[in-house]
Amino acid sequence: MTIHLPSDPHETDVLPVEPRDEMSLEQREVAGLSQGQIVRRRFFRHKGAMISLVLLVFILLLSVSSIGWGPIPGWWKYDYSDIVAPPGGSEATFSFLWIGGSFFHWGDFPFGAPSVGYDNFAQVMRGIQQTLVIVLIMGILSTTIGVVTGALAGYYRGWIDSAIMRFTDLMITLPILLVTAVLGYVLGAHGVIPLALALGFLSWQAMTRLVRAEFLTLREREFVDAARVAGASDRRIIFKHILPNTVGVIAVQATLTISGGILAEAALGFLGFGIQPPDVSLGSLISQYQGAMLTGEPYLFLWPSVFIILIVLALNFIGDGLRDAFDPRQKRIPKAKDLRSSREQSREADLRAEGSASIGEY
Amino acid sequence: MATFIVRRIIAAFFITLGATFVAYILVANAGDPLAAANQIPNPDQRAQTVTTLTATLHLDVNPIPRYFIWLKGVLGCFVGNCDFGQTIAQQPVGPMLASALSSSLKLITFSTVLAVSIGITIGIVSALRQYSGLDYTVTFLAFLFFALPVFFIGVILKDLLAIRFNTFLQAGAAFSWAFIIIFSLAMGLIGYSLVPGETRRRLAIGSGVFVVFFAALYYASVTHWLTDPSLGIVVIAILSALFGLGITVLTAGLANRKALYTSMTTVAIGVALWYPLQYFFYENMNWLRVLGLLVVAIAVGIGVGYAFGGNDKGLSARTGAFTAVTTSFVIFADRMMRAWKAYTENPAVNGRPIKTQLPATPNIKGDFWIMTTDTLTHLILPTITLMLISLATHSRFSRASMLEVMNQDYIRTARSKGLTERTVIMRHAFRNALIPMATVVAFDIAALIGGAVLTERVFGWKSMGALFSDGLTKTDPNPVMAFFVVGAVIAVLANLLADIAYAALDPRIRLT
Repeated sequence: MTIHLPSDPHETDVLPVEPRDEMSLEQREVAGLSQGQIVRRRFFRHKGAMISLVLLVFILLLSVSSIGWGPIPGWWKYDYSDIVAPPGGSEATFSFLWIGGSFFHWGDFPFGAPSVGYDNFAQVMRGIQQTLVIVLIMGILSTTIGVVTGALAGYYRGWIDSAIMRFTDLMITLPILLVTAVLGYVLGAHGVIPLALALGFLSWQAMTRLVRAEFLTLREREFVDAARVAGASDRRIIFKHILPNTVGVIAVQATLTISGGILAEAALGFLGFGIQPPDVSLGSLISQYQGAMLTGEPYLFLWPSVFIILIVLALNFIGDGLRDAFDPRQKRIPKAKDLRSSREQSREADLRAEGSASIGEY
Repeated sequence: MATFIVRRIIAAFFITLGATFVAYILVANAGDPLAAANQIPNPDQRAQTVTTLTATLHLDVNPIPRYFIWLKGVLGCFVGNCDFGQTIAQQPVGPMLASALSSSLKLITFSTVLAVSIGITIGIVSALRQYSGLDYTVTFLAFLFFALPVFFIGVILKDLLAIRFNTFLQAGAAFSWAFIIIFSLAMGLIGYSLVPGETRRRLAIGSGVFVVFFAALYYASVTHWLTDPSLGIVVIAILSALFGLGITVLTAGLANRKALYTSMTTVAIGVALWYPLQYFFYENMNWLRVLGLLVVAIAVGIGVGYAFGGNDKGLSARTGAFTAVTTSFVIFADRMMRAWKAYTENPAVNGRPIKTQLPATPNIKGDFWIMTTDTLTHLILPTITLMLISLATHSRFSRASMLEVMNQDYIRTARSKGLTERTVIMRHAFRNALIPMATVVAFDIAALIGGAVLTERVFGWKSMGALFSDGLTKTDPNPVMAFFVVGAVIAVLANLLADIAYAALDPRIRLT
C-alpha cells in the first residue's frame, strides 16, 4: 500500500478543489512538531477520548477518596464491610437533576442498602478500587509479556518464532476460569492480586500476535539495516529502534486487553470464582444482586453495572483515541470555514508579498 | 495448498493435545474429588464410596499417567467408542455431554449466524455512510455493547423485557400511543438515514416508513394481533414481493428486466403454492421436510432464472434462488405464527410464552410447530444476549474492512470504467471486504463458548456451561475436562478453518 504524503506533488495536481489550501492548512498544523507532539495533539482533539479520560479520573478519585484506600482516610462515613443499614435495607437516597426528587441529594445510603445491612455505595466504591488494581497489574503484566514474546518471535523468526507462536496458540485455548479456580484452590488465595496476576498471565496472546506482525515488517526496513551496520546489538535494535515504532499498536491493544480483563473479572465474580466474601468486586456484587431487579431493589444491581460499563466504555474510547492519534494515514477533514480563512490568509500574504515586491522595485 | 492444510491439521492436533494435557494437570490440582465423599457420616459407607471413587476416577494413579488413561477413553471417539470417564456421583459423562452439547450448540450456532449476518450488514452500511449520523450512532452503540457484560444484558432482558412482554401479552397486547409513535418515528429515522440521495427524497422515504410502521402497529394493537398473529395471503404476497425487489436491487439492479421478472415470477409461484402447502405442513412435519422444501424452492428459483434466459442467465438464476429463500421464509414464518395461539394456550405454557429458564418447557406435548415454537421462545433471549456482543465486534471489523477496501485503487478503476455504484459496491468492494472477516468470525466463535457459559448460567440452562462451572465447584474433574475438550476442539477447528479460508480467498497470502 502506498502512503500519500501531504507534500506528494501528484496528489496536489490531481485533487479537484483548491488542493493547495488544504495541504498548506494541514502542513501548517504540524509544522515544527515532533512525532510525540503531533500524537498528543491529535489525542487531545479526540472528544470521546478526552471525555472518557476525565470520567475515568473522576471515578478513580471518587472511589479512592470516598472510602479511603489502605492508610488514606476517606470522607464517606461507612466502610464496605460495616453493617450499618436498618434490617430490611434501605432505598437508594441518591438523586440528581430531579431524578428521584431534588436537584442533588446524597442521603444516608446513596446507592441503597440490602437487607443484610451493608452500604451499597461503600461496596461499589470498594469494587471499583479492586477493578482499578486489576487494571494496573494485569495491564502491566500482559503488555510486558506480550511485547517481549512478540518482539522476540518477530525479530528472530525461525525456531524461536515457531516455539513462541505454538505456545501462544496453546495458551489461547485455556479458559481463564479454570486457571483462576485452580489458583484459588492451590494457593488458597482469593484476593484481588492473585486474580489480577492470573488474568495478566492469560491475556497476552493477542498482544504477542500483533507485536510479532509489526516486527516482521519493521525488521526489513532500511533503518534497521543502518543500525545493524553501525554495530548496534540485537537488544538495542529491538528496544531502541523497532519498539518505539510499534507504540501505537501496543497502546491500543493494551487498553482493549484491560477492558477485556475487567469484564473477565466481572464474569469470574458472577460465576463465584473471583474475589470471595467478605471482600467484594463489581462482578461479585452484580452476581449477588442479580435477583434484585425482581424484588424491587433495582439500585443494588444497577449501580455496580453502571460503573463497570462506564469504566470499560471509557477505556474503549481512549483506545479509539489512541488509534486515531497514532495512525499516520489519519487525515483530518478541514472544515469549510477553516479552508476559507486559510485561503484568505494566503491571499493576503500574496498581496503583501506583491506589495512589498512592488515597493522594492520602485 | 495441500501441504499447507496437512501441516496445519497436524499442528492443530498437537496443540489440542498439549492444551488438554495442561488443562488436565490443572484440573487434577483444582481440588480433592473425594472431599464430598469424606463428609459421609457413616464410616462403612464412607470407606466404600471412597474406594469405588478412587477406582473409577483412577485417583490412585499419578495425574500424568492418569491423563493418558483419560486420553485413551476420549480418543475412542474416533472409533465410535467414547469414554469421558465418570462424575463423582458415578454417572458416565458421555451422555451428559451429548445432551448438554446439543442445546449449547444450538445457542452458539444461532447467535453466530445472526451476529455475523446482521453485524456485517450494519458495518458495511455504516462504512458506506461514513461520518453520517447513522455511522456515529452505530459506532457509539458498538462501543456500548462492547462494554456491556454478558450477564448484565442477560439479567436485563430476562427481568425487564421478558416478564413485561409476557404480562403485556396477557393483558391483550395493546400498544400505548407513546410506544407506537416513538417506535415508528425511530424506524422512519432509520429509513431516512439509510437512503442515499437528496434530502427531499430521503425525507419522503423516511416519512413513508413512518406511516407504514404506524399503520401496522396501530392495526396490531387494535386487533390484538400479537395474541393470535398470522400474515394471510395478501401480506405474504406484499412482503415476498418487497424482499424480491430488495434482492434484485442488490444483485442485478431494477434496470435488469430479466432478473426482475425472474424474481417476481418466483414470488408468484411461492404465493400460489401457499394454500396447498398448508396441507403439506399439517401432518408429519419435521426438519427434513423443511429442508427438502427449501432445496426445491431454490431449484425452482434457479429454474425460473434460466427459463428467462438472456445474456446473464447465472445472475437471474442467483436472483431467483435468493428470492425463493426469502419467499419460503415468509411462508414458513406465517405458519409458525399460526401455531402461536395454540402454543400460548398450551397448559404447560400458561399464557407466558417468552421463557427465562431452561432450554425447553418440561412435559410439553404438541406437533412440530408447537415444539419448534417452544425451542424458539427459549432460545430467543439467550441468543440476543450472546449476539449483541459479537454484533459489536462484527460491525466494527466489517466497517473498518469495508473502508479499507473502498480506498483501494481498483475501486477507483471500477468507478472510472463507468460501472454503476451498485456493481462497484456489491461485486468489487463487498466481496473483498469479507475476506478478513473469516479470521474475526473464527476468533469470535471461541469467545462465544466462554460467553455461553455465562449466558447459560443467567438463563438456568443445564448445558455445557453448567457442566464446567458445577464441575469446578464440586471438584468433579471429568465433566470439566469434557467441557474443555469440546471447547478446545471447536476453537482450534475454527482457527484452522479461518486460516485455510483466508489462504484460499486471498491469493496474496503466502502459504508457509
